[in-house]
Amino acid sequence: MKAPKDLKYTPSHEWVRVRGQEAEVGITDFAQGELGDVVFVELPAVGTSVARNKSFGTIDAVKTVSDLFAPLSGEVAAINTELKANPALINQSPYEKGWMIRIKMASPAEADSLLSAEAYEKTLGAHA
Amino acid sequence: MPELTLRERSVKGHRGPRLLPLDVPQEGAERLLPAERLRGDAPGLPEISEPAVVRHFVNLSVLNHHIDKAIYPLGSCTMKYNPKLNDEMAQLPGLQAIHPFQSEELSQGALAVIWELHQWLTAIMGMPAITTQPAAGAQCELTAILMTRAYHVAHGNPREEVIVPDSAHGTNPSTVNQVGYRAVTVPSGPDGCVDLNALKQEVSGKTAALMLTNPNTLGIFERQVGEIARIVHEAGALLYLDGANLNAMVGLASPGAMGFDFAHINLHKTFSTPHGGGGPGGGVLCVREDLAPYLPTPVLERSGDRYSWNYDRPRSIGRVHSYYGNFGMLVRALCYVKSLGTTGLAEVSREAILNANYLKARLTEAYAPSHEGYCMHEFVLSASRQKARGVRAVDIAKRILDFGMHAPTTYFPLIVDEALMIEPTETETKASLDAFAEVLLTIDRETREDPERVKRAPTQTPVRRLDEARAARKLTLTWRDLEAERGDA
Amino acid sequence: MSFVGRSEAERREMLQRIGAPSLEALWAAIPPEFRVRGSLPVDAPLAEYEIARRFAQWAESNADANHYACFLGAGVYDHFIPAALRSLLSRSEFATAYTPYQPEVSQGTLQSIFEYQSMICELTGMEVANASMYDGATACAEAAHLAIGATGRRIVLVSEGVHPHYREVVRTYAAAGSFEVRDVPLERGATAVPALKRLLTPEVAAFLWAQPNFEGIVEDGLALTEATHAAGAYSIASADPVALAVLQPPGKDGADIVVGEGQPLGVPMGYGGPLVGFFSVRKSDVRRLPGRLAGVTVDLDGRRGFVLTLQTREQHIRRERATSNICTNQGLMALANTVHMALLGAQGMREVALQSMEKAHYLARRAAQVPGVSLANGEAPYFREFVLRLPGPAAGFLRAAEKRRILAGVPLERFDRARSQEILVAATEKRTREEMDRYVETLAEWARRPAKAKVEEAACRS
Repeated sequence: MKAPKDLKYTPSHEWVRVRGQEAEVGITDFAQGELGDVVFVELPAVGTSVARNKSFGTIDAVKTVSDLFAPLSGEVAAINTELKANPALINQSPYEKGWMIRIKMASPAEADSLLSAEAYEKTLGAHA
Repeated sequence: MPELTLRERSVKGHRGPRLLPLDVPQEGAERLLPAERLRGDAPGLPEISEPAVVRHFVNLSVLNHHIDKAIYPLGSCTMKYNPKLNDEMAQLPGLQAIHPFQSEELSQGALAVIWELHQWLTAIMGMPAITTQPAAGAQCELTAILMTRAYHVAHGNPREEVIVPDSAHGTNPSTVNQVGYRAVTVPSGPDGCVDLNALKQEVSGKTAALMLTNPNTLGIFERQVGEIARIVHEAGALLYLDGANLNAMVGLASPGAMGFDFAHINLHKTFSTPHGGGGPGGGVLCVREDLAPYLPTPVLERSGDRYSWNYDRPRSIGRVHSYYGNFGMLVRALCYVKSLGTTGLAEVSREAILNANYLKARLTEAYAPSHEGYCMHEFVLSASRQKARGVRAVDIAKRILDFGMHAPTTYFPLIVDEALMIEPTETETKASLDAFAEVLLTIDRETREDPERVKRAPTQTPVRRLDEARAARKLTLTWRDLEAERGDA
Repeated sequence: MSFVGRSEAERREMLQRIGAPSLEALWAAIPPEFRVRGSLPVDAPLAEYEIARRFAQWAESNADANHYACFLGAGVYDHFIPAALRSLLSRSEFATAYTPYQPEVSQGTLQSIFEYQSMICELTGMEVANASMYDGATACAEAAHLAIGATGRRIVLVSEGVHPHYREVVRTYAAAGSFEVRDVPLERGATAVPALKRLLTPEVAAFLWAQPNFEGIVEDGLALTEATHAAGAYSIASADPVALAVLQPPGKDGADIVVGEGQPLGVPMGYGGPLVGFFSVRKSDVRRLPGRLAGVTVDLDGRRGFVLTLQTREQHIRRERATSNICTNQGLMALANTVHMALLGAQGMREVALQSMEKAHYLARRAAQVPGVSLANGEAPYFREFVLRLPGPAAGFLRAAEKRRILAGVPLERFDRARSQEILVAATEKRTREEMDRYVETLAEWARRPAKAKVEEAACRS
């Protein structure tokens, strides 16, 4: 699955879909492939503040656990409650149904320093 | 054909071993206890006859790999032979049917056993003070870090951090966190040992301790341990030996001489007590003399030929176990050291090291070693060459099972890609090592000629690869969960 | 001998294959200043029959429950252990197996763990149980830790009815600074509910209580749990697994965590170890559970099988963020519990509990008839253990009883200097009427002795 061109990315494999004042966040197809079957996601409560490049939660596969890093600062406006019963959505549909949180952005300008799809894919080249 | 569960075998009315009839007048639970304190519904325990119970467990048991069956070369687990005399001694009624609160006068034999074991272990470790109250290695770590905190508090500054190498076993950082310190990781250098420069950067007045496994989890002796001790002590911090790899040093090298302030021993590793499917273990913590006051209470003492427990320990960190630790494992360990004696103990490390190096020599043509040169009692291979052919460490491990042997530890230590961590121990014969080497070489050939065979493995075991993702996503943890899943009543 | 099978020829061959000039070259990396000089200051090796002789001597100098009538309890009990259990536990396949990290060759261990978890939940009334803890004491400490993490609060209340050693262990674990412990007093042997309510402030994460408690008293679990929940705290019960066959399990009282000591279920007294702690919670807390957990799944062919699950909670994966640092547990003892419950079955477990209770009441009633002797907790309901108050220093009676081959009770002076005339007495299904009548006789004889003699006798015991 190629990284969709309309999204932005972080070097730690999160994607961002900006919609007005809100940024929807998830992990990339590459990340879900590396992790393997996702078993559990720990997400913050709605209303929590998140800070750019700081961990906002964790994601558990069968034998690993990884931090999830906020690409932008702001307040958690919504979380994907489907993931509790069906964490496999992250593996099956990482860019759509597997979205994790929506952040009400504190400073939208932060989005400018995120990676484009092309730039993100270049970082993956290094992982080959 | 899967094994049924006890619940699935249960037949109403079936009974196992019986008690004698009640020989006192019966009052009845309703008269002796308030009605609301009695159980409404009986616990759903099975009803099975004794022969059927025995068959159930015998048939389950034969599904297990175990060290009495074949090699079990898990890194840092020291799966050596479990001598049978140990178990016999531990099962003597005079050592087993005894209560922890019977008077000391009537328990002198038990105390003598613990005392003698303490003498042996302090001599082996080259350290003067000891506790055998912790139930396992991880609990020794906890005890030591709690003592470390008590020591620093007594010296006016509790400190904040404990340093742990990146090759450390997970119990180290989790112990640090459990005691409320911050775990700081120090990297290993290209030689596999702690990077001294990096260490010097990390050690400061905030450092409470450094936890070091020696030899480390790569099977390499930290030859700079003297310098590490100096750096740590200069900062006023304490040095802890994680003794998981003590099998490399018993009778050969002395932790006390290396400058350790604490050193723990896993009796279920180095001292041959059986692993029991995950436990019980036996934890031993040796400490420097001036740390002795912080040891858990009580402490065993001898006066003439009388043994007693001393509870008057004002600086002790308290208790870590409800009684005196895993006494049954102490009996086994004492039996073991008496069987070995001076000459046997001297043999342990030497032969363990010889076995590991021999196995490494036989395998490194096919598998990339993490480091060149001699190893101690264990070594790490990387399945990187095989990965390039599409076969990973996990596949190799599963294929080994098809040959009736157990796989080594995989994916640890974290600093080696596709790690296979191998510790044969001294009780494997050359023939056993050769057989294991042949299996690994065969599998390497298969990764070239028939990789699917390896990736499909195991096929010769009671079950094939199990869906661990499903087990985590759909939690079925009891009989009731199983029944709910099947839609049973 | 070290169980090494090696000939000189093999050693040479191996060194040659390694390409090492000598054995010593292999550990040249160890600097000389760290080497053991000469040999260790320990004894020469002994043959099996000499070792057996020495251990027999040690064993003989201990009183044991085969030769003394054991009325000692306080967390460790002399209950019936079937021969079939010993036979099964001694199988190499169980005893010399390791943690089931390769599940395909560990289905015996894994299914047994699953059955253990199931039976613990049946006893406690909870939804999930782990594969065991070190003992009841550390299970309590880890339960407190769980409640602290779940509530974000920092105080743990502990009833004085919880085993004193368990309370000490909880305090040791608390000393790391993550939580503070406060005691809740007993009143006539049971936790004082008004005192509990006064102590239940909004900073309290949990209240830990025991069922039955240390003095054998059956607590009002419902009242205790309701009060605890009203304050938004976790109700943690430390329960006796034998009692749970007939007592209302704390899970049904609404307890959030039920832990305890599994020794009474098929584990020898063993001078206090190895023991086995159990730990059970609700499904909603499963991710905070410490220790190992076995679950059901299927293999590639659709065959049912068992695996360790939710491993990411544990230290080998989550490292510093693990729910606990526990690695090695008490696996073989948990298997003993499982086999024991399977052999006794629903009926047998119930009978053990009822007989133990009847016998304890028989003994208590008759003992309390001896002039000067009384039940310290009056009419408070008890299960299979009770506190006797004696007309003189308990040490004297215990000594007199020992001479008659009776281990008559645990002196409470061990835990509280002020209680030098009280003993904690337990009875199990193994105690015969003859033993109990002999107990009462010995007690009556001792009680009749003049006060001065009693004091002198007690002073003799060092």
